[in-house]
Amino acid sequence: MKPLPWVSLVLLGLGPLAIARADESQLQLRDGPEAATVRASCSACHSVDYIGMNSPFMNRAAWEAEVRKMIKVMGAPVREEDVAPIVNYLTQHYGIE
Amino acid sequence: MTSRRHVLKVAAGGLVLAGGGGFARFARAGLPAGAVDAGVLDALPGKQPLIKRSFRPPNYETPVAYLGDVLTPNDRFFVRWHLANIPTVDAAAWRLGVGGDGASGSLTLSLEQLKRDFEAAEVVAVCQCAGNRRGLSDPHVPGVEWGYGAMGNARWKGARLKDILARVGLRKEAVEIAFDGADTPLLEGTPDFVKSIPTWKALDENALVAYEMNGAPLPHWNGFPARIIVPGWTATYWMKQVVSITALTTPLKSFWVNTAYRIPKGKFASVDRFVSQESETTTPVTEMVVNSLITNLTDGQRFRAGQAVVAKGIAWDGGYGIRRVECSLDDGRTWQAADLGADLGRYSFRPWQFAFTPRVRGPLALQARASNALGASQTGELIFNAPGYHNNVFHKIGIDIT
Repeated sequence: MKPLPWVSLVLLGLGPLAIARADESQLQLRDGPEAATVRASCSACHSVDYIGMNSPFMNRAAWEAEVRKMIKVMGAPVREEDVAPIVNYLTQHYGIE
Repeated sequence: MTSRRHVLKVAAGGLVLAGGGGFARFARAGLPAGAVDAGVLDALPGKQPLIKRSFRPPNYETPVAYLGDVLTPNDRFFVRWHLANIPTVDAAAWRLGVGGDGASGSLTLSLEQLKRDFEAAEVVAVCQCAGNRRGLSDPHVPGVEWGYGAMGNARWKGARLKDILARVGLRKEAVEIAFDGADTPLLEGTPDFVKSIPTWKALDENALVAYEMNGAPLPHWNGFPARIIVPGWTATYWMKQVVSITALTTPLKSFWVNTAYRIPKGKFASVDRFVSQESETTTPVTEMVVNSLITNLTDGQRFRAGQAVVAKGIAWDGGYGIRRVECSLDDGRTWQAADLGADLGRYSFRPWQFAFTPRVRGPLALQARASNALGASQTGELIFNAPGYHNNVFHKIGIDIT
């Protein structure tokens, strides 16, 4: 995820920070040919900040486990042929190799 | 090597003090970088700006500076939802269904009946997400990457669960009491958020169906018009927007109980067990572990040598009662007693403060630890578990003495 155009919290000093009422539509995914597939597959149920928030500490196996869990447990509407590209994208842009 | 020219790692707190050049620089190595980026201040309708972890479902954390108030104001109270379809509940149309195969009868209550037909009870209790501090796990684990503020303390008022269950006649075979809220999944395949607690816990006189929070109706984001209060236990059981209470003669089958919100057996010293949901290797997370937080100091804050510093904070546990809070200024070699403040009951935050006068210039790490009436205390080293629950590592703040 690119640095978002809002204030990041550094030390929770609340005084001088500008407050922006941001919303989900401003969230961006990092550029990549699979970004549109990822957005379509994940954002029916949750905002894509879940992805950035969980980075960058998961390797390929961990991202694949997350994607499989979303399909198997949460009922995410992801086609089997989209699994590999999604895992590739998450590993490359939000993971560790 | 403790030369100031070397980077000094302070054990276990995730805090790195980089010395040299006159002033120490402090960096919190805690949250994943992506969680720091995503953690903007944002205000949900009716709320003060809180730290946004995710927009949808909304997960918002209370900044530590706001947790210095023993009672957390409603508009600063953290927000945590699992499912994104969260209806706005019309109080006049809302109904609470009570029944199940573990009950002799059933009934449907309006909000007015809930307030009028049952004796009102009050309890001050900490509501803390089981995953509070997950983001500080080392190594990191997936989930909502909370810092310190997925919790709050409030005065809850409502009807006792045991009185409501008595009205429908609880059968002796009832093993669990299950709760469902008005929120629903967006997809058919997503498991609805349904939770249960053991019957004995539901019969605790402090377990409530609360319709007031700090003397006001609950905010929408915190479960208006009514939520379950399970004092001492993690917030996963505190069902928001509750619409049904079901007495069960067999253990609930729900992803959120059978699979999620579980800890490895034997890893934590819990007293309260949830026997009907235990497996060979795991058990539901139940009561909160002893914990404490420094609320009025921030990393890198500067003080003059010889100037008195008063550290303030809060301590809490699973309802046994905080007995002692101690602070260390020498990386845990020695501990000195802090002064405990007002006691609002054994389920409440307990305020404390600790005054000291630093004499030596340079970085100084302050850490706090609490212990309770059972003699249980906190840990200096994370007790790692894959879901990232029960993080009660001593809170540590690095200040700079100039």
